[in-house]
Amino acid sequence: MKTQNQKAWFFVLPVLILVAFNALIPMMTVVNYSVQETFGNNVFFWQGLDWFQQLLRSDRFHAALGRQFMFTGIILLIEIPLGVIIALSMPRKGFWVPVCLVTMALPMLIPWNVVGAMWNIFTLPDIGLLGYFMNNTLGIDYNMTRSPFAAWATIITMDVWHWTSLVVLLSYAGLVSIPDAYYQAAKIDGASNWAVFRFIQLPKMKQVLTIAILLRFMDSFNIYTEPFVLTGGGPGNSTTLLSIDLVKIALGQFDLGPAAAMSLIYFAITLLVSWLFYTLMTKDDAK
Amino acid sequence: MSKRHVIPILYILFLLLPIYWLVAMSFKTTGEILSGFSLFPQTWTFDNYKVIFTDPTWYWGYINSITYVTLNSIISVAVALPAAYAFSRYRFLGDKQLFFWLLTNRMAPAAVFALPFFQLYSAVGLFDTHIAVALAHCLFNIPLAVWILEGFMSGVPKELDETAYVDGYSFPRFFISIFLPAIKAGVGVTGFFCFMFSWVELLLAKTLTAVAAKPIAATMTKTASSAGYELGLLAAAGTLTIIPGAIVIYFVRNYIAKGFALGRV
Amino acid sequence: MARITLSKLRHSYMANPQGPEDFALKEIDLSWEDGGAYALLGPSGCGKSTLLNIMSGLARPSHGRVLFDDKDVTDLPPDARNIAQVFQFPVIYDTMTVYDNFAFPLRNRGVDEGTIKTRVHAIAEMLEVVPLLSTRAAGLSPDNKQKISMGRGLVREDVNVVMFDEPLTVIDPHLKWKLRSKLKELHHKVRATMIYVTHDQTEALTFADKVVVMQDGEVVQIGTPVNLFERPEHTFVGHFIGSPGMNVLPCKVDGQAATFAGLPIPLEGGFDTPNSHSTQIGVRPEYVSITPTGIPAIVRKVADIGRHIVVEAVAAETRIRAVIHDNPPETGETIHLSFQPAQTRLYCNDWLISRPELSGSSPGTAGSENLMGAA
Repeated sequence: MKTQNQKAWFFVLPVLILVAFNALIPMMTVVNYSVQETFGNNVFFWQGLDWFQQLLRSDRFHAALGRQFMFTGIILLIEIPLGVIIALSMPRKGFWVPVCLVTMALPMLIPWNVVGAMWNIFTLPDIGLLGYFMNNTLGIDYNMTRSPFAAWATIITMDVWHWTSLVVLLSYAGLVSIPDAYYQAAKIDGASNWAVFRFIQLPKMKQVLTIAILLRFMDSFNIYTEPFVLTGGGPGNSTTLLSIDLVKIALGQFDLGPAAAMSLIYFAITLLVSWLFYTLMTKDDAK
Repeated sequence: MSKRHVIPILYILFLLLPIYWLVAMSFKTTGEILSGFSLFPQTWTFDNYKVIFTDPTWYWGYINSITYVTLNSIISVAVALPAAYAFSRYRFLGDKQLFFWLLTNRMAPAAVFALPFFQLYSAVGLFDTHIAVALAHCLFNIPLAVWILEGFMSGVPKELDETAYVDGYSFPRFFISIFLPAIKAGVGVTGFFCFMFSWVELLLAKTLTAVAAKPIAATMTKTASSAGYELGLLAAAGTLTIIPGAIVIYFVRNYIAKGFALGRV
Repeated sequence: MARITLSKLRHSYMANPQGPEDFALKEIDLSWEDGGAYALLGPSGCGKSTLLNIMSGLARPSHGRVLFDDKDVTDLPPDARNIAQVFQFPVIYDTMTVYDNFAFPLRNRGVDEGTIKTRVHAIAEMLEVVPLLSTRAAGLSPDNKQKISMGRGLVREDVNVVMFDEPLTVIDPHLKWKLRSKLKELHHKVRATMIYVTHDQTEALTFADKVVVMQDGEVVQIGTPVNLFERPEHTFVGHFIGSPGMNVLPCKVDGQAATFAGLPIPLEGGFDTPNSHSTQIGVRPEYVSITPTGIPAIVRKVADIGRHIVVEAVAAETRIRAVIHDNPPETGETIHLSFQPAQTRLYCNDWLISRPELSGSSPGTAGSENLMGAA
């Protein structure tokens, strides 16, 4: 049992100050911008909730939001099952375990713009390994700068390459924590491989999978650097995800008001969906 | 080797292919790159690496990045330790709300904060310093550090604390000489995660720096756009950014599985 | 239902075992009669769990065969052997209800739902968990969880043997006793062979009709609880069973006489000629008494433990314990001890060599001289 102790606040204070400095002040700036209009020279006019109304009715925002949900949905549908399958087929002990884990973690430690640049070099139609192979060996017309489908396929493959390991490592951690007795009991009970997965492995992985889904949702919903470096949001607007659009408006056009309003709606959506995921996935435990 | 090991082997091959291509490209001459496709470098060259190690704008990029990443990891772990202890051991007014609020900061898109951060750090006179980037990255690293450390600390029985107090330890002495060694794996894993997320982040780092503290990743984007398409040079610089991560990951390899479960399995 | 025979069984976890020290199990020949209640008793790491896993099919022995009746099952997987095993920590399927947990082994074998219902209810009644049938198994208390694990083993009608691997480890002490008598009761009802692995002598002796004692990968004795107590065939059994354990005194053997501290010690009978100089006299503290004459010893400790008093004394640098009922001596006092001859045995290299059916054991009697003459 935890003890009641209000002095614990002193322990939390440094964290509170640092995070508040980084989160509250910029957040207030954003809120401030979102209700004002500026024509430069630091002159601002009260704008009320106009930006929010405009934004919620704007086709451009709807399109970016739609693309964002599509992207996040697709990568979750690929990465979560794939990560679980890979974790299930990994060895449990021996020399190869650390080798596997270290290689798998490697993509996550590469700076995000390098990931974008690396995939750019990899997919160049004439001199990239994948691009050359697709165009010249398989004879498939593959060019990201022309075909929106190729661009989408590439940013999704890149994200799968970049982040599936997170799901693998989390699931693997869940799997190795299952005592041998469970597998032995299942063998004696005559359980099939599917039954072992369904009634032993999946329930034990549930907690880590919740973390995996939450992290993957948050990070993929906020993704910016990798697709920006790879496709720049193109061809056309076909791969302009929410973050890319936001930076275009804020830094490209310097429309601070609409950008700030968009930031807040964006943040609210992320929070809301994360909360929904979290409550849905932990609903059973509360019973 | 059984049949099911084919899956991880294929997956690892898939992971290594783009990395191989980047490394192979970094050893090719510009002439070879422009002349067309080749699976292996035909004439090996170290010219690209030579440029990076002799041109200060390149190698200072690395020094800058490593400086702010190290600073950030130290700050994050240091302030997260007492906070995580408080969350794992005590109940206090607003503890759950505070914990949740901390976590929401990990959900904030960096793009949302880019411009306000620029203004904030310019206002306090820290623009283009290492400490500015280190502090800015605390936004998402401190919540994560508190989360991971709280998981590890909750795994240490409370009796350890009580025994130490009965034995007459003061709180700081207990914390440093007994409690920290008990969760040193957790501290290592936390440091690793802070390093990782600070090392890979670019948007904020680029926004908060101009010259003096510019990260290597930003130097690369500049080169890619301004100096034409110097693919070989870009590939060499990219290859070099993989190395610090690989070194750090090697040190925590034995804790990695547990670490990724955030100490909660 | 079957008799289980282990024939020339050896097991090593190494790829190329050399000497006997590389083997977790050293040459075991053993038969478990159908319907018996057995306990497999031994300290941690003596190989009992390995032996259990070999019988259930979770491990394959490196040498030797496992037979169910006359059928060789050495290479059969666990589900083809029709056995049940209950583990140290309760294994339950968290996401299922208690009913589904019981039904799981039957469903996996394609039994129809009607039969499943009858079986599950029968088992639930036996285990007294009928009111829990529709609750989720995850939230149960440890003793109920362990009951569910047992139930999953017993639910199949044709089960050959039910094996319990230290099943009461995580159960609260006051519930241990209840669950153990439940087990005994179950054995009477289902009449399946049951093998109960434990390192706790009380658990073993109260549960089993026959106890198999293991040490260091070897079976040292098989017998009824009384047998093990009265005539340990190995000094280890003497130490391990009984509290306090058997006194083991190094002794000298000269012909048919054994001497300790220079005094001749009368034994239960004659003995086989020892094949080494490492001989010991074994006598339980219950059969040591304080007498006017006998082996002189200095009292080191006196402990009154309620029903009786344990006196610890030292003679010839060897500790001897005696259980007495009244008039405890003072610490430091010199007393004289004597042993009940019928309960005093001789061991060589820790194995029992004295035998009551061999006549004439008292030193200096004519009998022993006769025997010597015959040899």
